[in-house]
Amino acid sequence: MASPEPSRIRCQGITKTYPAVVANDNVCLDIKAGEIHALLGENGAGKSTLMKILYGVTRPDTGQIWWDGKPVTIPSPAKARELGIGMVFQHFSLFETLTVTENIALGLPAKEARNLKQLARRIQQVSEYYGMPVDPDRYVHTLSTGERQRIEIIRCLLQNIRLLILDEPTSVLTPQEVERLFHSLRQLADEGCSILFISHKLHEVQTLCHQATVLRHGTVSGDCDPRTTSTQDMASMMVGSQTTLGQSYPKVQSSEPLLTLQNLVAQREDPFGTDLKDISLTVNKGEILGIAGVAGNGQQELLKLLSGERLSSGEMIHYQNNKLDRLNPAARRKLGMAVVPEERLGRGAVPEMGLNENGLLTGFLEGLLNRGMLRRKAIDNFAERVIDEFTVKTPSVNAQAHSLSGGNLQKFIIGREILQNPKLLVCASPTWGVDVGAANTIHKALIALRDSGAAIIVISEDLDELFQISDRIGALCEGELSPIKPVTGLNLEQVGSWMAGVFNETESQPRSKEQQQELALS
Amino acid sequence: MSLLSQCLQNQWLSSFSLEPRPQESQLLRYLSPVLAIVLTLLSGALIFLWQGQDPLIGLHTFFISPISDSYGLAELGVKAAPMLLCAIGLAICYRANIWNIGAEGQLLMGALVGAWAALQVMDSGSRFSLTFALLAGSFAGLLWALIPAVLRNHFNTNEILTTIMLNYVALNLLLWAVHGPLKDPNGFNFPESALFNDSVTLPIILEDTRLHLGLMFGLLAMVAAWVLLSRTFIGFQLKVIGMDASAGRFAGYKEKKLVYFALLICGALAGLAGVSEVTGPIGQLVPSISPGYGYAAIIVAFLGRLHPVGITLASLLMALVYMGGEMGQIDLGLPLAIGSLFQGMLLFYLLACDVLIGYRVRIKKTVAATAAMPASEGA
Repeated sequence: MASPEPSRIRCQGITKTYPAVVANDNVCLDIKAGEIHALLGENGAGKSTLMKILYGVTRPDTGQIWWDGKPVTIPSPAKARELGIGMVFQHFSLFETLTVTENIALGLPAKEARNLKQLARRIQQVSEYYGMPVDPDRYVHTLSTGERQRIEIIRCLLQNIRLLILDEPTSVLTPQEVERLFHSLRQLADEGCSILFISHKLHEVQTLCHQATVLRHGTVSGDCDPRTTSTQDMASMMVGSQTTLGQSYPKVQSSEPLLTLQNLVAQREDPFGTDLKDISLTVNKGEILGIAGVAGNGQQELLKLLSGERLSSGEMIHYQNNKLDRLNPAARRKLGMAVVPEERLGRGAVPEMGLNENGLLTGFLEGLLNRGMLRRKAIDNFAERVIDEFTVKTPSVNAQAHSLSGGNLQKFIIGREILQNPKLLVCASPTWGVDVGAANTIHKALIALRDSGAAIIVISEDLDELFQISDRIGALCEGELSPIKPVTGLNLEQVGSWMAGVFNETESQPRSKEQQQELALS
Repeated sequence: MSLLSQCLQNQWLSSFSLEPRPQESQLLRYLSPVLAIVLTLLSGALIFLWQGQDPLIGLHTFFISPISDSYGLAELGVKAAPMLLCAIGLAICYRANIWNIGAEGQLLMGALVGAWAALQVMDSGSRFSLTFALLAGSFAGLLWALIPAVLRNHFNTNEILTTIMLNYVALNLLLWAVHGPLKDPNGFNFPESALFNDSVTLPIILEDTRLHLGLMFGLLAMVAAWVLLSRTFIGFQLKVIGMDASAGRFAGYKEKKLVYFALLICGALAGLAGVSEVTGPIGQLVPSISPGYGYAAIIVAFLGRLHPVGITLASLLMALVYMGGEMGQIDLGLPLAIGSLFQGMLLFYLLACDVLIGYRVRIKKTVAATAAMPASEGA
């Protein structure tokens, strides 16, 4: 570029071909010193590949990278770290049974890792300096997701960091935590560290980033200054068409109860799970009930109890005139319930099976069997109907589930459940990691199902989504459910404080102070 | 020095690499057993050379001469039948990710109880004596497989360990029986039961050979398993819990019932194999009923891709290996263990070749990359 100071990192003509796809095609990227640069793109647009190339995990087929104006090759993550590149992956690589210090020591060269006491002091200093306090002696399994993310960031900060790559860092945080993270990142950028920020959330990119590069189908489809570009424009660069973003749907009120939970309690199944405490809720026919909350606050337990993968004792789950507590998932399906789990591969779908067989997985009540024998034609037809109605991109009904992109598979799974005409659909993170186009398809389908009279429970971390599609919202925090209120007249801050465990407005002052103290201590 | 070794290591590691395929290769799924067979034959040739034999003569003795006449072909069927029955049962288990290693024990229990039943009824003159003995044997195998099924379902025990241990229990029960209660009182104290009479002997299906009805049982089982696995919802559910148990639980499939189903079927088929051996070619209960058919069936199941048709072919090949081992001992004076060596190599090569289903070997040109590295560091 024309500026006298060379860019922190610049790449040109990066191409990487995998057996079936061109993941990156002649990609150029330019990040200045102290710049917070957004990398936007749909799932499968090539963001991960580009990140991996910058961090030395994969090598490009062609292309050149300049670091501070000098040409370099980055053959390994070790070399990347040597240059001053740090990366925080979406899925943390932490040992839960080790302390913060021990985890960080594992990634350091032997001579720095030897003195754990000194390292703990440094961790404390660095973390406090950047406003991300963590207690170096805490075991990782006792930490929240937000705190775990801090460890990953601090791990990068301990080395002489000059480019920090963050892969969808906000997907696991509460709005308050996001604010805090952004504060730290801005401070880091002010000190001259460049940041590459990967996110799906356009308004976050707008508030945080100085520059954005948009990828689409492996090529750069545009560069922009997100502060002056509308989210609408950025979204259309991502998906290539004028997709309606944040489309609003009419809210409804309904009062015909379908499912009622009465003081549902459940002990955690594994030591790192969450106990459910006294959860009561009602979902009515023809409405969408949104359940917000940061992952790990009891969502998984609640979903398993609703689906029947876990049975409850007593009479806590009422559905029409049935008590569901002791019914297994298949019996609940027969009563008209359907569930979409958060894991697409490995619970919602069998990765190595074709889409047709994955349709049969839960669709077996849809006339796909004849006295226990498979009706191959009907099975293929059912899958084809899902593929057609939900515009699933796939070469054929025989394509293995794992060969589909996340968004396409999610459309298939949701479509499979919706086409069974459920009376109650329980849906976990319906659009997690799904591109804007697919998210719209899914939202529209959920609204249409609601309008046809079904009750829907959506458990999601994405507040924008919940506000967009739900009629009433509540939040889970540490296994407790907040009050549930109609979306009309509810604001983000209110739900944000529910997610932090402040359920009672009058009590909110002292509770939040307590929490601040807790944070300061940790 | 260390730099040099690192360079060499890098060179070596980066010159060959395994790269995941976007889709599993269906071609290699079926080619892999063929490749494994070829590699086994090549290694076999080397072993013959090492043993001072002409490899071509060795291979001929092992794999051609045993089946060069019709009697040999019939013997092939005699040997393949028990392995076919066991391997069909095992394939049903393995599809469901149930690691039953206990076909051998289930086979021995089938033989033991079947022989006991045969001895009880053979002088009764009933037309159903043979049927009774066969049912008793199958049922014994089923009960023997029930033990690991209960342990797995209700005590969370690993079925690999329990089935292996039960193999030894079964073997010792058999030895106790032929040395004790089932020993022929007129048998000069040999550890053998009385010889069975015609009423409890499986009919011969090819005259002047030992080929008996057991092979038909195997073929029937093959067809039934084929239908079960590819056409029924139970077969589909078995596949789902085998590939992804959490998806099965999510869909509401009853995992415990499926475990019972697969293990009990396998036990009954292995038990049938055992009782067919004693009422067929052996004709009495002896300590050495099975030269490891139950174990060889594991190899057969995998070599046949857990598919009933593939298993049928694989059981014939494995039978040939058994016959070749004997022929090598007789004609070339080679140890009988060579036969087992072939079995082991076959499984080993098969597992190695199966990697190619999901991965492809990539040979990289590393010269450019290694040359670029010092330049970048110097910059």
